[in-house]
Amino acid sequence: MGEPLSGPLPWWRDRRVLPWLVQGAVALVVLLLIAFLLGNLVRNLSAAGMLLSYRWLQQPAGFDISETLLPFDAGLPYWRALVAGLVNTLRAVLVGLVGATALGTVVGLASFSPNALLRGLARSYVELIRNIPLLLQLVFWYFVVFLALPNGEAALQLPGVVLAKSGLFLAWFGEGLRWSGPTLVDGVWRAPLRLTVEFSALVTGLVVYTGAFISEVVRGGITAVPKGQWEAAASLGLGPLVTLRRVVLPQALRVIVPGLNTQYISLAKNSALAVAVGYTDLYSVAETTLNQTGRAVEVILILLGAYLVIDLVISALMGWLNRLVRIRER
Amino acid sequence: MRAELFGSPGNSALTLALLAALGSAAFGLLHWGLVQARWAVVRANSTLFAVGRYPQEQQWRLWLLTALLAAAAGLAWGLLRSHPRRDRGGDLWPQNDWIAVGLLAAIALAVPWWLRLDPLIQGRWWGITALLLLVRWAAGHWGRRLPARVLALLPLLWPLLYLVGMLLINGGLGLLPVPPGDWGGLLLTLIAASFAILLCFPLGVLLALGRRSDLPLLRWGSVLYIEFIRGAPLITLLFLGQNMIGFLLPGGLAPDRVWRAAWVLTFFAAAYLAEAVRAGLVAIPPGQLEAARSLGLTIPQALRTVVLPQALRVALPTMVGQFISLLQDTTMLSLVGLMELMGTARTVMANPAFLGRNAEVYLTLAVLFWCCCAALGLGSRALERRLDPNPAS
Repeated sequence: MGEPLSGPLPWWRDRRVLPWLVQGAVALVVLLLIAFLLGNLVRNLSAAGMLLSYRWLQQPAGFDISETLLPFDAGLPYWRALVAGLVNTLRAVLVGLVGATALGTVVGLASFSPNALLRGLARSYVELIRNIPLLLQLVFWYFVVFLALPNGEAALQLPGVVLAKSGLFLAWFGEGLRWSGPTLVDGVWRAPLRLTVEFSALVTGLVVYTGAFISEVVRGGITAVPKGQWEAAASLGLGPLVTLRRVVLPQALRVIVPGLNTQYISLAKNSALAVAVGYTDLYSVAETTLNQTGRAVEVILILLGAYLVIDLVISALMGWLNRLVRIRER
Repeated sequence: MRAELFGSPGNSALTLALLAALGSAAFGLLHWGLVQARWAVVRANSTLFAVGRYPQEQQWRLWLLTALLAAAAGLAWGLLRSHPRRDRGGDLWPQNDWIAVGLLAAIALAVPWWLRLDPLIQGRWWGITALLLLVRWAAGHWGRRLPARVLALLPLLWPLLYLVGMLLINGGLGLLPVPPGDWGGLLLTLIAASFAILLCFPLGVLLALGRRSDLPLLRWGSVLYIEFIRGAPLITLLFLGQNMIGFLLPGGLAPDRVWRAAWVLTFFAAAYLAEAVRAGLVAIPPGQLEAARSLGLTIPQALRTVVLPQALRVALPTMVGQFISLLQDTTMLSLVGLMELMGTARTVMANPAFLGRNAEVYLTLAVLFWCCCAALGLGSRALERRLDPNPAS
């Protein structure tokens, strides 16, 4: 502030030079740092005889994956194991997204209920879930809830659903596309659709956790719709449910969709915690692969790339949805 | 209230159904907690959960640190009470002193009793609580007489205390070194979280400024970093930290496993903090910077004295939210084999004597995390009220 205004500026304070000087200095520091790290990487890797190569992907994996959609056994190569892990991740993420959206919408709407107790319950759920680490919630669901379920006769039986320690048995289309429910054969439950307790614990944990955040997004979106919209709809004689569906939600969606995008991406990333409940997702397969091959750099690059692609796909889909719900000016 | 709960037949039915469900859940939980649960797993391992395998003959250092922290907290509390914001009709914090004192005393009495701690250790906790309350009373009583110069210097006490604390924990300068591998439990959780919170702050602010900068190289560099970090799950980054840092640094320079994880947490949190700060920067009208520039301030001066103070105040709730999730994220250190609270829980439950006592341990940790995170949230709201330039009332 205090420098005299008279006299020529030093050349480096010139408006045309200074920005380039600053950027040049930063770029130099960053490039030097990267060169230093990469130099070490190459030196250390060649000393260990493990220069970057992806040929090991063709070697047999030698480990089994407990549940897969694609057929897999220990004789198949590593890349098949990684693909099986990726498919497992996608399966958990997809089911989790649907469940969390449903739960979050219901809880978000419940916070506008005329019933004070229901409103309080919705708020307490959010406050409870948000302040407890997800990892803790996941191991709680797995070790305390799902692994404590009884087997056989004593299993928890609901219409069309049986919860047992051996898994979650659901009614589904069985042989010949006939709808059939779970049955007990010689003390062992059978059903057309069986989910493992690991998968169930992971999805339950992700749904309950993300649902709390989504309910806040939904609540924020509905709050953002001016009160006059409710009043105008009521004065036209629309009931509260019709108002919500026809008037409020279409406007709230503009606020909700970008918030949902963030939550969906965080759910996809959080699914990597599956390793804590013994579900073999992409991260878990990658960890085993690294321990067996020692190919740290390659495995980590694959992992980071895969999650980046999942995030980008979710963002692209939500961007498309965002354009759909945008207000069209006439 | 009555109309809200029993306004119509449907509403009444809903209220009754919810009350029945809540009642049976509360009864079930109480019955489990008082009759079925075996809390011995928590009581017998309370030291392990608190500090991990920190050598017993060196634990006096941690007690000293706790006492110092209690004194500093008492000092801050007393000064906040004795210096109300005059522009706010004398807004005080905490709003009700006696409830805060009562709560603190109740916790200090109940928790050591419930954990069945050694009488000597119970006595230490009471002593530390008494010290906190004493300093709070003294600061509240004599705090107004402190000259403004001393008051302005007092916030520097916290970084100083942090350095002293790290010295006490880590050893050195004549103290026996305790390697990070021996830190554990709540101690490690708090070290990792506080280290990451302190260091991610300057880094995040720089990244946010970089992302808003007119200089393309800085902007794209910041965007690249932020989006790369935000695109990856934290667990894969921790995994990267444990397995790749050894390759990236010359032999022998690679830090200990604990510090690797702490640095990864820091770099991770910086990207998220940068987004919070950026949202704050966007909220500041460009006229503020232009006005500061036309007064003759340089860009760094204008940012430091005009733009950032306003932007950070706007970003405060989001930032505290990030800090809360960072505290929760420390649990993931257990997945790369570190012995913070979750890792300690794993080892404890692997002990055959406590097999199957998952519910007790996880519930205790959940209560602990919930209280810490809820307290941070409350503190953030209090700070927001104190910093708000246009209070609603």
